[in-house]
Amino acid sequence: MSSLAAKIQDAFVEPACEKNRRKDASTRKKGCSKPPTPGAAAGGCAFDGAKVVLQPITDVAHLVHAPLACEGNSWDNRGTASSGPMLWRTSFTTDLTELDIMMGQSERRLFHALRQIKEAYAPPAIFVYATCVTALIGDDIQAVCKRAAEKFGLPVVPINAPGFVGSKNLGNKLAGEALLDHVIGTVEPDDAGPYDINILGEFNLSGEFWLVKPLLDRLGIRVRACIPGDARYRDVASSHRARAAMLVCSTALINLARKMEERWQIPFFEGSFYGITATSEALRRIAELLVKKGADTEILDRTDKLIAEEEAIAWKRLEAYRPRLKGKRVLINSGGVKSWSLVHALMEIGMEIVGTSVKKSTVEDKERIKQVLKEEHHMFESIAPRDLYAMLSEHKADIMLSGGRTQFIALKAKTPWLDINQERHHPYAGYDGMVELVRQIDLAIHNPVWSDVREPAPWEDDPAVEEQLSSPHTHIEL
Amino acid sequence: MVHIHPQTKSAAVNPLKSSQPLGAALAFLGVDGAIPLFHGSQGCTSFALVLCVRHFKETVPLQTTAMDELATVMGGEGHLEEAILNLKKRANPKLIGICTTALAETRSEDFERQIANIKMMRAEELAGTEIALANTPDFDGALEEGWAKAVTAMIQRITRRGQQARHSRKATIIERITKPGEQPHKRKKVAILPGWHLTVADIEHLREMVESFGLKPVILPDVSGSLDGTVPDRWMPTTYGGTSVEDIHELGTAVQCIGVGEHMRRPAELLQKLTGVPYAVFQSLTGLKNVDRFVSLLSEISGVVAPPKIHRCRAQLQDALLDGHFHFAGKKIAIAAEPDQLYQLATFFTGLGAEIISAVTTTGASKILEKVPAESIQIGDLGDFEDLASDADLVVTHSHGRQVAERLGIPLLRVGFPVFDRLGSQHKLTVLYQGTRDLIFEAANVFQANQRMPSPEIVDGLRKRRNAG
Repeated sequence: MSSLAAKIQDAFVEPACEKNRRKDASTRKKGCSKPPTPGAAAGGCAFDGAKVVLQPITDVAHLVHAPLACEGNSWDNRGTASSGPMLWRTSFTTDLTELDIMMGQSERRLFHALRQIKEAYAPPAIFVYATCVTALIGDDIQAVCKRAAEKFGLPVVPINAPGFVGSKNLGNKLAGEALLDHVIGTVEPDDAGPYDINILGEFNLSGEFWLVKPLLDRLGIRVRACIPGDARYRDVASSHRARAAMLVCSTALINLARKMEERWQIPFFEGSFYGITATSEALRRIAELLVKKGADTEILDRTDKLIAEEEAIAWKRLEAYRPRLKGKRVLINSGGVKSWSLVHALMEIGMEIVGTSVKKSTVEDKERIKQVLKEEHHMFESIAPRDLYAMLSEHKADIMLSGGRTQFIALKAKTPWLDINQERHHPYAGYDGMVELVRQIDLAIHNPVWSDVREPAPWEDDPAVEEQLSSPHTHIEL
Repeated sequence: MVHIHPQTKSAAVNPLKSSQPLGAALAFLGVDGAIPLFHGSQGCTSFALVLCVRHFKETVPLQTTAMDELATVMGGEGHLEEAILNLKKRANPKLIGICTTALAETRSEDFERQIANIKMMRAEELAGTEIALANTPDFDGALEEGWAKAVTAMIQRITRRGQQARHSRKATIIERITKPGEQPHKRKKVAILPGWHLTVADIEHLREMVESFGLKPVILPDVSGSLDGTVPDRWMPTTYGGTSVEDIHELGTAVQCIGVGEHMRRPAELLQKLTGVPYAVFQSLTGLKNVDRFVSLLSEISGVVAPPKIHRCRAQLQDALLDGHFHFAGKKIAIAAEPDQLYQLATFFTGLGAEIISAVTTTGASKILEKVPAESIQIGDLGDFEDLASDADLVVTHSHGRQVAERLGIPLLRVGFPVFDRLGSQHKLTVLYQGTRDLIFEAANVFQANQRMPSPEIVDGLRKRRNAG
């Protein structure tokens, strides 16, 4: 546990995190997430966070060492997509019984489970996730993994992020640490080139990275590893030979990006593929970093040319929505996206932003949002469900963009809603993704059901009918 | 005699089970003004919550004691108390249903005593809120056990003792002179304890049937009021609808208790022990003969003959059996479900001439398994199911079976929990005459949709003979 404690401290003092940079040493140590309040907590645990980050690696067998709930209640619930192997969608858990726990048989069970998976599926690697109960009873999964790796001849990677150590976000970071400790750098590629990059923190939800990858292909840029979306074990293991990296979901894997820079001199920048300006900026920064690392400077011109072409097409397509969406009020309630870029694009076509959460936004983004929004109070860290419901049922927004957790608050308040988080069914990344997002907003706002569900029943509260009903002998003619 | 194979693998592959505390939470969600509270780490609740929301498509009030590292090592009583007080302050629920998790139970603290302490020390603050405890570690049982434990806990904690014994004579005299429909407040009360596998539609339908005999049904838990997909006109931090705490309190004034599913025997027994209310357990309410027995019992309790509507429903089911049996006869069915639902569905399919070629279930503890009409039952997961179901014409399980069905190329009938990739699972009827009728139609339609046009290859009798020989 002591090494885990060190890892956690390490994650809390992460120097590349700009929130940390603004704190003094003692507040830094406490970490970002406040401890959850019993009876008033929301969100996942560290194990959840670790699994979210690693499970999209498609050809790995992910084995959860736990009693049933950790895996049994949560498997196959995220919309990341694979272009090949499907093993990541098969769920493996040691499903510990009372007997295993009380008789101290859980380590042995884990070892046998590893053998079973190796024999039945022959994966390139197995990831083993520690959880609350197996950490509490003191299972040494590190040792079991080591022995199994030797015995069965394949990488067996311990992921030490039991739920009780903290939040989902901490789990994200511990997953990054596990990759650094056990995976990245273990395979030498034989085809490293000057245009190789890594994309970190991209999950390929609804396959949306495939809206971006063709752009990179056109520039001759090769994605050595996209971690974790649609990744293969070998890609991740040889990702240390990339020349540059883009960090997409910065709060999840910033430690990974920084340490890869430290160990293997892979420069990185934080960017986003949500929104038109953000996508352009990301492409430009990738090209710049590659040039800095020795690529031919002509890639800069090619990138600018591509950006100009693509932006023109995207803005033209978006223009079609302006008459339908002008003046519509949007509430963005999600930490999952870089809201600035989204805010910018939606305002560009005439929509009004009545509020946006900035929980996971960078300081720079917050500044930019502040400048474009009319009133500063439109920025918020989070809203209590009750307040959110009140706001929506008073029709203070024409649509809410958020994640599944607040979906039914919007719907019960009879407000159009669009999922922009991990369970969504449409790809929103890149230029085409932004157009798709606006199309979905248009479809949501203008769906004919809203007039149906908002109108009360005509026979309700009609005094004439009520009067007649109250005297049972009157003959009613309607 | 059915042979039950225990689980022998070390790794479960594609779990069939949902966890025991989740089952308990579902039961607490069937009570009005309730909030289930998981005693464990934050993730235990978060996973269960997401799964419930995916299934019900509703906001689901579910909270956590959020045990952290310190609580895990030193004990979770402080977190339990803080969570209860916070819930009381924020939502003022009528019931807090505590579901312990594997994390809390591995520490094996005395939760009963802790809760008694909290209630005593905080009596004033907690006035008006009942607290029930279900011991539901994830390393044991599954939905069925969790649900039954929660119902048992509510009866144990809330129901007034000795009621029926005191009231029965007087009650009988009053009700003998009361005709149904005339004085509804004096109707005889029937306590109904439905299993977890009954849908919202099933419970509504059960209620109507009981009422049609002039009886007053009290249903515990009653998800038909709380998880039936309606749009309340204000923000509710607790459940809205379901069994009232007052009704649980007065459960002992019923003249009869009816449990649906073998797992409801324990709560029914407890109710009888505490209050003297006699019980009957219906292991399944699907299938003509089962429903006949149920109707006979209602008729007997009420002293009223079955109303014409019920005659009509029964006739419709008879007709559905006649029309449907062609499609079922000789079909090979594979079912993976919790014990009571496995029994319900297996008897349904064999009752129409189909054969159960593979049966997989979650735990071996239920007595009902001996009565399942299959040669053998595997205690296991959907990985086992995939191995055993390859020759089936139809696979029957919850939504996680979609990968199995896809890989095997066999149609999937979605039942139970969770069903997250189809709408309306809670509004599907599966019990009584109408539910049996609907199930016949649904399955027969799947068979028909997957029927292939005859071709020389399909019909080829010689080849079939060779293969058979």
